[in-house]
Amino acid sequence: MSADNPAGDNAPMAPDVRRLHVYALRLGDDALILAQRLSEWASRAPEIEEDIALTNMALDLLGQARALLAYAGTVEGADRDEDDLAYLRSEREFWNVHLVEQENGDFAHTIARQLFFSTYQLALYEELISSGDEMLAGVAAKGVKEAAYHRDHAEHWVARLGDGTDESHRRMQAAVDRLWPFTAELFDADDVEKTLAAQGVAVDPSSLAAGWRHAVGEVLRSATLTIPETVWNSHGGRRGVHTEAFGYLLAEMQYLHRTHPGATW
Amino acid sequence: MNASAVAPAREFLESVREVCESVPDPELPVVTIGDLGIVRHVGVSPSGVVEVVLTPTYSGCPATEVIRDDVRAALSARGCTEISIRTVLAPAWTTDWITDDGRRKLAAHGIVPPSGRASARGVDLELGVRCPRCGSIETRLVSRFGSTPCQAMYRCTSCLDPFDRIKPY
Repeated sequence: MSADNPAGDNAPMAPDVRRLHVYALRLGDDALILAQRLSEWASRAPEIEEDIALTNMALDLLGQARALLAYAGTVEGADRDEDDLAYLRSEREFWNVHLVEQENGDFAHTIARQLFFSTYQLALYEELISSGDEMLAGVAAKGVKEAAYHRDHAEHWVARLGDGTDESHRRMQAAVDRLWPFTAELFDADDVEKTLAAQGVAVDPSSLAAGWRHAVGEVLRSATLTIPETVWNSHGGRRGVHTEAFGYLLAEMQYLHRTHPGATW
Repeated sequence: MNASAVAPAREFLESVREVCESVPDPELPVVTIGDLGIVRHVGVSPSGVVEVVLTPTYSGCPATEVIRDDVRAALSARGCTEISIRTVLAPAWTTDWITDDGRRKLAAHGIVPPSGRASARGVDLELGVRCPRCGSIETRLVSRFGSTPCQAMYRCTSCLDPFDRIKPY
């Protein structure tokens, strides 16, 4: 498999079809993997309300992922459904950004990741509503309301923790610093996004970067937090190259389905 | 279709629509899926297939599949054999589609219905929310996520009772 053919050698698709398939998978994988991470908080959150909030958001993202993965499967035309795509792809066949696969860490890390991702996803869906692709536009129209809630939730917590006690401030800042290098990748665009954006199907994520920096910067500043200096940036998720944390996540997510193929309940 | 067949066909359509809209919501059984506004279309094709279009409240609402099964079972019980149920995402569901009757039933059940019209961004949590038990306006948002995806948790600071509210969406 190579970066030129991220859909894999077994799936010879026309270029237009391949781009749409990869694009739907990229968006779907972001949602799926973040849903998996957030669901790890079930029964472990600092308070019952947060337990419910984090798993509710996981559910929203899982719903978006199901629609996007099912669509990616339909576009591909190789008889793979949403479960095949979620449970039977290997690590190098997932196109999610590194940010969503990062470990939950403490609550502040989860909240920083939520702020960074939901701000991006909200802006993305707001644009994608106008997509000429009916399915993508439908997912976006639904998801935009959910992303708005996710962002609101994260923004409130960043303010409370950043502008809270010395300890909560220290932890919130540490989380922002730790995850900042994973944010640049959100705005990576290659041939898939650029071509589809020119056709009015996709959103070129690089067009969202300035708005994102402004919005996130405002939240951090008002929470008395410092915007980190960029020392390095992590890239590669969109080409199937992942960070160490991802393999462990995938092993847990896929274990049941691979051990008992076709299991249902 | 000749003139004499039109009236029974219309009657049949009305009756299957009634059957679909009367299905109780699995998570909030005090209201029907018709009350919630998630039945988007009921039709009968020329070949007699009952066609139902549903929309989920939230993308990942786990009730969506149960609702689909419940509608199918209700139609089967009504004697329908050819049933087609589709789920569509667009236009996206909004609490504005909850009927007045649905709002009354929710309120009677102690669940505060959404007030006003959902804004484009769907977040207007700063508005005052009245306690469904004692009527006090002294209430506090405990969590913007509740027992179902569409609800938020509140607490009345006058009578101290917790309660749910359908969040404007």
